[in-house]
Amino acid sequence: MNRPLKHLETKVSRRQVMVGAAGLSFAIALAGRAGASVLASARTGKELSPWVSIAPDGTISIVSAATEMGQGSMTSLPLILAEELDADWSKVKIVTAPPIEAIYGNPGFQGMMYTAGSNAVTSYYTPLRIFGAQVRRVLLDNAAKTLGVPVDELATEPSTVVHAKSGRRLSYGEIAATAQVPAQAPDIKPEQLKKAKDFRLITKDVMRVELPGKVNGTALYSIDLQVPNMLYGTVLRAPVEGSVPDKIADTEAKAIAGVVRVVRLPYGVGVLAETPWAAFDARRALTQSVTWSRTGTAWGFDSDKAIDRFAADAKNPARMSTEWSRIGDPRGAMPKAVSTMEAEYRCDYAYHAQMEPLNAIASVSPAGDAVEIWAGTQSQTTATEAPAKLLGIPKNKVKLHDMLMGGGFGRRGNRDVDFIIDAVLMSKEAGRPVKVIWTREDDIANGRFRPISAHAVKAGFDQSGKLTAWQHRIAVDRVGAYMDPVRYQMAGGKDFIAMLGADLKGYDVPHQLVEQLYRDTGVRTNPLRGISFLANRFATESFIDEIARKRGVDPLAYHLELLKGTPRAIKVVERVAQMAEWGKRREGRGLGFAYLDYSGSQVAGIAEISLNRASGEIKVHNFWCTIDCGVAVQPDNVIAQTESSIVYGLGVTLTELITIKNGVVEQSNFYDYHVPRMKDVPPMHIEVIQTDNHPTGAGQMATPLVAPAIAGAVAELTGVRLRHTPFLPERVKKALG
Amino acid sequence: MATNFTVNGKAASTDAPPTTPLLWVIREGLKLTGTKFGCGTGLCGACMVHIDGKRAFSCQTQVSEVAGKSVTTIEGLSPDSSHPLQKAWLAEHVPQCGYCQSGQIMSAADLLSQKPKPTRDEIVEHMNTNICRCGTYQRIVRAIERAAGEA
Repeated sequence: MNRPLKHLETKVSRRQVMVGAAGLSFAIALAGRAGASVLASARTGKELSPWVSIAPDGTISIVSAATEMGQGSMTSLPLILAEELDADWSKVKIVTAPPIEAIYGNPGFQGMMYTAGSNAVTSYYTPLRIFGAQVRRVLLDNAAKTLGVPVDELATEPSTVVHAKSGRRLSYGEIAATAQVPAQAPDIKPEQLKKAKDFRLITKDVMRVELPGKVNGTALYSIDLQVPNMLYGTVLRAPVEGSVPDKIADTEAKAIAGVVRVVRLPYGVGVLAETPWAAFDARRALTQSVTWSRTGTAWGFDSDKAIDRFAADAKNPARMSTEWSRIGDPRGAMPKAVSTMEAEYRCDYAYHAQMEPLNAIASVSPAGDAVEIWAGTQSQTTATEAPAKLLGIPKNKVKLHDMLMGGGFGRRGNRDVDFIIDAVLMSKEAGRPVKVIWTREDDIANGRFRPISAHAVKAGFDQSGKLTAWQHRIAVDRVGAYMDPVRYQMAGGKDFIAMLGADLKGYDVPHQLVEQLYRDTGVRTNPLRGISFLANRFATESFIDEIARKRGVDPLAYHLELLKGTPRAIKVVERVAQMAEWGKRREGRGLGFAYLDYSGSQVAGIAEISLNRASGEIKVHNFWCTIDCGVAVQPDNVIAQTESSIVYGLGVTLTELITIKNGVVEQSNFYDYHVPRMKDVPPMHIEVIQTDNHPTGAGQMATPLVAPAIAGAVAELTGVRLRHTPFLPERVKKALG
Repeated sequence: MATNFTVNGKAASTDAPPTTPLLWVIREGLKLTGTKFGCGTGLCGACMVHIDGKRAFSCQTQVSEVAGKSVTTIEGLSPDSSHPLQKAWLAEHVPQCGYCQSGQIMSAADLLSQKPKPTRDEIVEHMNTNICRCGTYQRIVRAIERAAGEA
C-alpha cells in the first residue's frame, strides 16, 4: 500500500529522492501529486518510509533507528550511512525513526526496534552502508545521464558528483531536484563498499549531533514537555509487585489545592492535578492511606536470606539445574581430574539510577481509539505495542514521540513499559493529556533490578596442572521471563539476560559446563548495564585469578597462557599490561586484572587500589583499560563510553546495593543508594585498539571488568578474596578477619 | 499571594504556594526546562541554579525564599552557549545522556566565579555535589580546567 509519509510532511512539497529499506524499491515524490510522497514496497506492502531524503537545497535527512540515551547512536548510525553516500556531514539532518519495524527494526533483535545490548552499530553497520551506497549509486546514474558521460567516469566528493575529465560538478541537491529513481534498488555487493582508507567519517570523530543542546538547556527530554490542556500525574504503586490497592483513604489528598482526582489503578493509586506540586503533595499524603492486597510472589521475601539460599543450592549438586551450555565432555572430564578447586561468588541487586526519573506524557483520544505518547524509551516497539494492547487499538494508532533519554542503562526497554502505561491509564481516566512523573523514591521503590545470583565454580586439572574441566553453576533470579516474556518465548525459554557470559569464551579450556538454577523470587528485574556479564564474569575472572595465585603464577601471565589461541585477546591484554606497568611494585597498592570477550569486543582492565584495613574502604587509584571493538566508528565516543562503563562498574562493585525486606525495597534516594561521585572516580587510562573487524559494542563492555579487577587487586595486596559484590566496607573488614 | 523575583534578568512571578520548590516553578511555570529534577532532596545537583550569583539546589529552595532575588538558570548563563564552560564542555565532548549537565555547568560556573584558577582538588571538592550517572567526571574536570585556562 502506498501511504503518505507523515513524519516527513514538511519536506514533501519538493521533488525528493527517497530510498526504502533492504532491497526495497525506490520512489520519487513529485510536487503536487495527491498524497505528496509515496513509496512502493517490494516486500510486505506495509506502510514504508525512507532512510534518506535529499532536498534540492542539499539538506540530507537521514533516519536514526536507534534511540538516544547518551551512547551516541543518534550520531553514529546516520554517520555510517552518510559515509557510503559520501554526504557532506554538515548538511545532514537527523530524523528519528517512526515505529515501523519492517523498515527500522534492529537486525540484532529479530527486527524489534530496541536499543540495547550495545548492539546498534554492530547490527545496523552493514545494512546502513549498503543503503548509503545504493543512494550514491542512484545519484551517480542520474548525474551520468545529465552530463552525458559514462557513469564510471564519475566520482564523488562530499555531496557532489565530479566528472574529472571535463571538470564539471553536480551537487547532490541539484541531482535530487530532477532525479529519476529506478524501480529496483541497485545491487551493491560488500566489495563495492568503501575501503577503510577512504573513510571520511567512520573512524574520524565528529561532534555528536545532540551535544550542543546539552550544554545550554535546550535538549528536550520527555519530562521537559508540556502539551496543551495537560494535567500532572503521580502514582503510588503497590509496595510489592502483583499487589493491588485495597482501601484508599484519599480525603487528605483530595483536599490539596489543585488536585483534580484520585484514581484507582490496577497496580496502584494515581493522582491527577493541575500542578506538579499538588500532584506530589497528594502522592505523599496517600503514602500511609492505602492498604494493599497480599497478592504477589515477593511478600515475605528477604534478599539477604535469599542469597544464602541461592549459594547453598548452587553448591549442592543434588539441587536440580538445567544445562545452559556445554563444550567438550565436562561430565566425563571432571571426575578424571587429578586435582580440583572450588569457589563461591555472590552478587546483590542493583538499581539503574538513570538521572531522569521515569516519566511519560500520554494523550488518549476522546473516543479512546488513538493515543499520542511522548517518552524516552529504549524500544519504540514496546512503547507502542503495550499501549495499543492496553487500549485495544491497532499499533498504528499509537503515535510515539521518542525523546532523548536522561539515561537508560537497561531500565527503559521492558515489555510492559510501566512508566508509559501510567500516563496512558491516567490520560484515559482524565480525558486529557497527562504527564506522569515518578519521584526518585518511586524510581527506586519500583526499580527493576539487576538480579541476585550465587555462583559455584569448579575447576579440574590434569597431571600436568593444565585446566581441563570447568563447571559453573548459577542460581539466579529470572530476568527474561519477567521483563520481556515475548522475547523470552522467542528465545525458546532461555534466560539470556541472566546467563550470558558464564562460559570461558576465548580461553583454552576443553571441557566446560554452565548450569542454571532458575529462581523466581517475584522481585522486579531487568537487564542492567553489563547485563549478566557483570555477575558471571565477576565469578569466572575472579576464579581464574584465584587459580593462578594458588599455583603461584602471575594472574596476567596465566590469562595469556589460557588465551593463547585468541590473538585479539592477547593484544588487548598485553597492551593494558604495558600501560599499567604490570609487575612494577607499588608500596601499599595492589593491581588486579580482568579480561572479557563481550559480544565480540575484546576488553582488558587493570585496577590499582589501596585499602584502609581499619574501615574496610577500598580506594581505586587508577584504572587502565584497552578495548578492541573492531572498527571504532567514533573512537572518542568509544573512549567516553568506556570511561562511563568503568564508572558504572565502580558503583556496582563498591557501593551500590539494593536490599529487599518482606518484598519491599529498603533504599529510597541517593543518601542510601550510593552511586559514584567525582571523588570516587580514579584517573582512567583508556586505549582504543582499532582493528578492521566488524564493529562490536562499546556501551557497557568495561563494566564487568571492574569487580574482578578490584577483587584481584585486593587479593594481591592482602591475600584475601572478596566474593560478594558490592564490596561494602563492612564486608571487606569481615573478609580480612 | 504572588512571589516576584527575577529570572535570567527578566521579571518573573508565580502564584504557587510559598513552600513550593523553586525547581518546579522554574520548570513547569516558567518553562525553563534546562534545570532538571533528579532527586528532589539536594543530593544530585541536577537542579542547580544561581541565586544572587551563588549556586543553590532549586529543589531545596522554597519559592518564597527567592522573593526579590535574582535567579540564573542554564538558559541565562549566556545567550548563545558562549560561556567559557559551555565551549569547554563541547570541546571535551563531556555530555552523554546530558540530563545532569546543566547542573554540572551551573556548579562549575559558581566555582570559577569564586576561584578563577582552581586546583584539581578544589574542582573535585566543589563538584562532588553533582552526580553524573554516565560517569563523565573525568571530562568535566578537563573541561573546567580548559575553561579556567582560557578565561
